[in-house]
Amino acid sequence: MTELLDVESLLGEICDDLSQHLVAKNISSPCVIGIRTGGVWLASYIQKNLGVSKSCGELDISFYRDDFTRIGLNPTVKPSSLPFETEGRDIVLVDDVVMSGRTIRAAMNELFDYGRPASITLVTLIDLDGRELPIQPDIVGRKLTLKENQQVKLKGPEKLVLEVTEK
Amino acid sequence: MAHPKEPNRLQLNDQGRLRHFLTLDGLDRATLTEILDTADSFIEVGARSIKKVPLLRGKTVVNLFFEASTRTRSTFELAAKRLSADVLNLNISTSATSKGESLSDTLQNLEAMASDMFVVRHSQSGAPHFIAESVTPNVSIINAGDGRHAHPTQAMLDMLTIRQHKGAFEGLTVAIVGDILHSRVARSQIRALNTLGVSEVRVIAPNTLLPVDIESLGVSVFSTMKEGLDAVDVIIMLRLQKERMEGALLPSEHEFYELYGLTTEKLEYAKPDSIVMHPGPINRGVEIESAVADGPQSVILNQVTNGIAVRMAVMSMAMSGQTAAISAATPE
Amino acid sequence: MNIEIKSGRVVDPVNGVDEVQSLYVSEGKIAAIGVPPEGFLANEVIDAAGCVVSPGFIDLCTYLREPGYEYKGTVASETFAAAKGGYTAVCCPPETLPVNDSEAVTNLILDLASRAGSAKVYPIGALTKGLKGQQLSEIYSLKQAGCVAVGNSGRPVANLSVLKRCCEYAKTHEMSVFVRPEDVSLASDGCVHEGAVATRLGLPGIPVLAETVAVSQLSLLAEETGAHIHMSQLTSEKSVELVAAAKARGIPVTADVSVQHLLLTDIAVSGFDSRLHCLPPFRSEADRLALIEGVNTGVIDAVCSQHQPHEAAAKQAPFAESEPGVSSIETALPLLLGLERKSVLSMDMLVRALSAGATRVLGVKGGSLSVGESADICIFDPLAQWVVSDESIKSLGKNTPWDGIELQGLVKATLVDGHTVYA
Repeated sequence: MTELLDVESLLGEICDDLSQHLVAKNISSPCVIGIRTGGVWLASYIQKNLGVSKSCGELDISFYRDDFTRIGLNPTVKPSSLPFETEGRDIVLVDDVVMSGRTIRAAMNELFDYGRPASITLVTLIDLDGRELPIQPDIVGRKLTLKENQQVKLKGPEKLVLEVTEK
Repeated sequence: MAHPKEPNRLQLNDQGRLRHFLTLDGLDRATLTEILDTADSFIEVGARSIKKVPLLRGKTVVNLFFEASTRTRSTFELAAKRLSADVLNLNISTSATSKGESLSDTLQNLEAMASDMFVVRHSQSGAPHFIAESVTPNVSIINAGDGRHAHPTQAMLDMLTIRQHKGAFEGLTVAIVGDILHSRVARSQIRALNTLGVSEVRVIAPNTLLPVDIESLGVSVFSTMKEGLDAVDVIIMLRLQKERMEGALLPSEHEFYELYGLTTEKLEYAKPDSIVMHPGPINRGVEIESAVADGPQSVILNQVTNGIAVRMAVMSMAMSGQTAAISAATPE
Repeated sequence: MNIEIKSGRVVDPVNGVDEVQSLYVSEGKIAAIGVPPEGFLANEVIDAAGCVVSPGFIDLCTYLREPGYEYKGTVASETFAAAKGGYTAVCCPPETLPVNDSEAVTNLILDLASRAGSAKVYPIGALTKGLKGQQLSEIYSLKQAGCVAVGNSGRPVANLSVLKRCCEYAKTHEMSVFVRPEDVSLASDGCVHEGAVATRLGLPGIPVLAETVAVSQLSLLAEETGAHIHMSQLTSEKSVELVAAAKARGIPVTADVSVQHLLLTDIAVSGFDSRLHCLPPFRSEADRLALIEGVNTGVIDAVCSQHQPHEAAAKQAPFAESEPGVSSIETALPLLLGLERKSVLSMDMLVRALSAGATRVLGVKGGSLSVGESADICIFDPLAQWVVSDESIKSLGKNTPWDGIELQGLVKATLVDGHTVYA
């Protein structure tokens, strides 16, 4: 069984929430950074929608995973690319799905190796149960509870589609 | 009947991924490309303010150098440290092993220190193979140069340098000049270039510095720079050891330089956009003219930068292959 | 003591015999073939149905390691391993510690061999004192003590002048000179055949030229001095041609080849397997085929084991630093039988190369089943299978590249002077 969610409308809601959030926090020019691969597609949309002029950053967290000793190196690792200084900046970190929280932990570790940001705001399209670390997104598109045999995946980049499939 | 041992039975795990890095023999194009791609990512790490990733945190890398080489050891050390590994440098002179402690004893002692990776430099061809066969499954061996056999990380950093400057390998003509006979670097480069699909690999040297049946490795042989450098895209100069004047391999450095030294005039034979490489350290005025070594076509310093990234790539891939092999062998 | 060896395929190349029949042994000698001698009453009957009954094998090169290297092998352990391999006599090179350059060492080896009571031992004495290649050894005394030949065990002789005098002195006492043909300066520090494999592995190679130059020199020396020179362990096609030419000119030269060189080429060392580190080295496929052809045409007189037992540590080193040689005396027969099954070698030629060929080189008795000869006999099942392992190999040296491999051909019994020394 495949269930499709309307990513476009979710993204619209996210951008509205994020704008309010940034205003409340008094953040005027954030850097948008996506986590490869799904997060990068979303980050690119958000960056354009918010009208933040700079291009967005891409983070590949392969070198920071905590399961390297169990599953090894991702053979398709690509360089991270942050086309701006992050030292002292306000970061909007974007990923498609947050579940255990480990990917976000790795991404934050990597971000700190580039410099010390002023703040990090976490945006995720989907928030799933199963958190293993004390990490919560600031802005969420949709909270979902999956059955044990289900998984969710963002497809793109031309047309963003969220698929919930049976394993 | 006894069958020859495949090098890949040793250096690849059951999933066909690197667990040791001993030789480029038998590694396919996809694996070599993966090394180059991974190295590209590590080059980006080297440009950050904190040039370190936590990939090998808590792992112990032992630089096991049976033959002195400060340069190679330093790049391996820096690569391991940038991967957050603990590094132990051991220079084992042959006099220490002649005190009665065999190589096997040395290895057992190091394994008892719970090392995870040995980076091995040895004057004997095949020594890293021997060590890889002797050690327990939780140690990976990286060949940092063995005898005249192989220097696979040097060859891969050269490939990375070529790819950066030429984009792709297809259509390239590459000339390797100098002491091919004694060069482990040349052997690994020839293998890498042919696997990555260049059009032609040439070697340029007098017959005394060419091993028998060198053509069997997939090269064309030239004895003059004029013919050999004609329209080439890449020129790789090899280091010439002073010892070669003894044993009647060469008459003098002077005559060698006159015939095979890369001068501005001889560089004219190659394509105008050709690049000049050298594994270092350079003997200026023996293999290469200073003006060429420091000239616009020289990419010698890029090679050094790439050396760290390639070594980080190979170390993390081998460690990854090792842990995958161990977890496959021990069901949870 | 009378023994009847019943229903075996008796193969005796010297007498042109190859048929299933009985062999009769009486008081340690061959008494009859086919029909029992009058009044023969067997005290013991050995059923050899399905087996080949041949003259016991005689090896031209078996390192016994004693005295001096007992951690690699002893006279007792290696002559027993030889008997298990079907050998009734073995020649041991003088490379012991001390070197066998004196009556005392020769006597010690012969004494140990007689006490061990397995295969007979034919010592080869040192050509030069201490094998140092400088001074003549006491060749006459060595001969009196029981050495069958003199040789320099693969070590170099200082120069051609010394070698010429050695040949002249050996000729005076009608002693054969065993030499492994190799020019030291050309062989240099090589450890494998100089060719594509050596080039790829970056191992220093030994050119064929190192052997052919020496074969040519030795042939001329033999012609000049009249001494019988035996060239041990040829490896190349060109050497076979040179030996054939020398023999055609009537020069007193003979030659052997090791079993391993009939089976392996330099490809075998591709993976730096130190068990395949062997000197002289394995060469090309063309060389291997020429060596087999040389055995078939008789240019190569005998096939030897070149048995070199080692302790485990000797091979636990990078290829070039490991000690060369294969523990091979127990695998020689099954490996040659593999060639026989492929019709590369006839059974007649196989038995000849392992027995009569060696006696002709050495000028000793034996090597046939002629009536009146010593009853040195090998009985083997050419089809029986066994797996090479540390347990099945009786030599102290477990250094065989065939470890874990199933081979076909198993010795059932070995008789020396009518006594069963292995069964």
